Amino acid sequence: MGKWTRRGFITAGVVGGSALVIGVAIRPGLQTPGLSKYVAGEGETLINAWVKIDADNKVTAIVPHSEMGQGAQTALAQMLADELDAAWEDVSCLEAPAEDDYANYALGKGYIVGDMNIPRVLVGSVDGVFMQVSKAMHLQITGGSLSIRTTGVYGMRVAGAAAKEMLVESAAEAWGVSPDELKTENGMIIHEAGGKREPYSAFAEIAGSKVPPSVPTLKTPDQFNIMGKEKPRLDIPSKVDGSAQFGIDVVVDGMKYATVNAAPVFGARVLKMDTRKADKMPGVVEVVNLDDAVAVVADGYWQAKQALAAVEVSWTNADGENMNSASLFDQFQSDMEEATLSGEANLDLEEGDTVKAFASADRVIERQYRVPYLAHACMEPMNAVARFENGMCEIWTGTQNPLGFKHEVAAALEIDPQDVRVTNYFMGGGFGRRSIADAAIQAARLSRHIGSPVKLIWSREEDVQHDYYRPAVASNFRAALDADGNPTAWENIFVDKHEPVEAPHVAYAIANKRIEYVDSPTSIPFGPWRSVDHSQHGFFTESFIDELAYEAQVDPYQFRRNLLKDHKRHRDVLDLAAEKANWSKPIGKNRGRGIALQDSFGTLVAEVVEVTVTEGKVKVDRVVVAVDPGFAVAPDGLKAQMESGVIYGLTAALYGEISIDNGRVVQGNFDDYPMVRMDSAPEIETYIINSHEPWGGAGEPGTPGTAPALTNAIFAATGTRIRELPVSKYEFDVKFIEENEV
Amino acid sequence: MIKLNVNGRIHRLDVAPDTPLLWVIRENLELTGTKFGCGIAQCGACTVHLNGVPIRSCITPVSTADGAEITTIEGIADGDELHPVQQAWIEEQVPQCGYCQSGQIMSAVALLRDTPNPTEDEIDVAMAGNVCRCGMYSRIKRGIQRVAGVQVFDPKTSQEVQHG
Repeated sequence: MGKWTRRGFITAGVVGGSALVIGVAIRPGLQTPGLSKYVAGEGETLINAWVKIDADNKVTAIVPHSEMGQGAQTALAQMLADELDAAWEDVSCLEAPAEDDYANYALGKGYIVGDMNIPRVLVGSVDGVFMQVSKAMHLQITGGSLSIRTTGVYGMRVAGAAAKEMLVESAAEAWGVSPDELKTENGMIIHEAGGKREPYSAFAEIAGSKVPPSVPTLKTPDQFNIMGKEKPRLDIPSKVDGSAQFGIDVVVDGMKYATVNAAPVFGARVLKMDTRKADKMPGVVEVVNLDDAVAVVADGYWQAKQALAAVEVSWTNADGENMNSASLFDQFQSDMEEATLSGEANLDLEEGDTVKAFASADRVIERQYRVPYLAHACMEPMNAVARFENGMCEIWTGTQNPLGFKHEVAAALEIDPQDVRVTNYFMGGGFGRRSIADAAIQAARLSRHIGSPVKLIWSREEDVQHDYYRPAVASNFRAALDADGNPTAWENIFVDKHEPVEAPHVAYAIANKRIEYVDSPTSIPFGPWRSVDHSQHGFFTESFIDELAYEAQVDPYQFRRNLLKDHKRHRDVLDLAAEKANWSKPIGKNRGRGIALQDSFGTLVAEVVEVTVTEGKVKVDRVVVAVDPGFAVAPDGLKAQMESGVIYGLTAALYGEISIDNGRVVQGNFDDYPMVRMDSAPEIETYIINSHEPWGGAGEPGTPGTAPALTNAIFAATGTRIRELPVSKYEFDVKFIEENEV
Repeated sequence: MIKLNVNGRIHRLDVAPDTPLLWVIRENLELTGTKFGCGIAQCGACTVHLNGVPIRSCITPVSTADGAEITTIEGIADGDELHPVQQAWIEEQVPQCGYCQSGQIMSAVALLRDTPNPTEDEIDVAMAGNVCRCGMYSRIKRGIQRVAGVQVFDPKTSQEVQHG
């Protein structure tokens, strides 16, 4: 735990000359009029930035994270309520408004440095710098599986504990007793000797005027009452009766509806458009040239969509217009070869001396892997409602990055960020996609252009063809094995390194490692996609280690285990997954098990996938997940995230491919960008280890291990090694042996 | 003029007859629980009941629904009492983002009305048209089985399910 500055609420610094690091402190309530106007109602006192207690002793956790299904709002409320000793049934959750006071500084810090021991240099305009760094790093604001381990650990728990201490101190003053004589439970302060028992709310106003303790005392795990317990999610009741409000559900008086077609080739612009037919269609307000897209504004979405189809557009030429998937991978391959020859590849990691190790190797194994671009395909297509009026712009949408949207919309309209207001809603999936403001900016421009509020809804085709994609990556490996099959060197070169920086690294004890990367830019827009770089490197590294195990003729589970003698958490999740999956028991004909290990976002995950391959078709029967998040704040929520991460990873591994043809995306809807459905979904079992190591994330760590566990299982069943995703590219040559032939 | 009977309420609307029912429900009637996901009947987010049959409202022209009984997610609870499928969804903590769940629930309600004790295969077939990008399939299945189980052990609830 770092030091918390009194009064101050932001600590920021720069590490290594470039990485912005920002700490979070708590701030006293009555000194934050800027926040009070948004979150404190009548009779309520703002205790600090993250907790509100009203006159009825109802506690509101003011959560600076949005809800896209991951359940973090409930888990964060649990963290706050537990440290506060609030009564859980009186706790609710309010998403913090998109104001700079709530900027998610903890996230930047956790993402960049990963621990709290940082030099501090105060930065005047923290927000501005933060946004620049965020943008440069394609950083998600609710993302990076960070809500619990940064905002929760450094914000919510501290805020809850501090608020409790201030309340107790206030009660002690009022009653003329020592704070030590008081205890707290279920939102009450109790003085047993004096027979006194009052709700927190009785002292909220006095407490709000106090300077918060600089280092409040946090509970130890044995004192937890709400953390680690199954609490039904606060958002679920509204999601079973149709009342939950998503961005697409927003209705504003006088609103028109719009839909867009962006240039099919990335970077192209409108050359000319013929709107004569569309103009005459029913309900059409206007066909609008957005320069890189054409929009129709109409009285209803359907009318806008029909009219848009009737607009004839020609587009300018663009750089990427001759590009296709094959040429992209050719580019990756030649850029890697060139960099290797010239010695100009970027060094990512070097341990020992791989040159020496390869020179004395008994055998050298070389493998190449590649994965395609992927779309996010959130169930709720991109959309936003905007109202531009009197130089100010209101945005209603579901976003992982409300503050970023505010700044980006302001920049696009060339108005002051203070004149943009963003109201956030539930997201029908986010997965990284809803950190990018493109649809909100389009809606804002359309509203300004036509002078009335606009709800912009993208078609599914627009959503799939104008995403910020999970990047396609090629990755080449070489390993040296000694005479006993032990790996002595690990060499890897890949294209385009993003975040998290450790994604290509493996914990396996191999004495000599050299990892390099090459920049090989393309015109395809890319962005964060659930688990970010882990989604590609998890497949590469866990496939290659599996191949080395087979080369060494060692069981792939034992092979990994043998290389993890100094990594207890890694071994423990592997052991648990293997045990629960009956790894050592024979699995039967046409069937196979595969295992994979991932250390991502502070959480260890081992997965065992079981498949049956018949008539060239892969059926995923069962997935066993062992997860060590340090501590599971919301155990059922963690299980749900593992299930979700596995299905997301399976969809990608089995079918996921965005291919490029003449610079445009080929796929457009769920018919050609298929999903795992009920009839193809496996049984998923999740087992949790609470190691009490630093708490990790949950939203992403379940995804990256799924593809390699699956393809390793397919290899075990068929002998076919999948080195290029998706699996649907392969035809399996399975030899069927009839029972009577054996 | 098209006459729509949605959740027992009659609406008379002047809309183009080829407008998909989905957009009439969402925009004209402002019943936003029914969702847009794909527009081509591939995801099931827009599922509603037309005379008790689950349909994809994104490809159903509003003219086909003229005079028919339409039920949306907003119309399956009995006053304040949730439909047993909705209750099971809470008990199994099914939704994550929740966007697909109106459609999932409408498909599940229809399945359980026609097949009160579905086998796993029957569940797979009935629910395969509904995509859940959050991947909550095993919870959806458990939710359905929970209602099916209740029917066996609790005749009162069973009756309610059959009323749909």
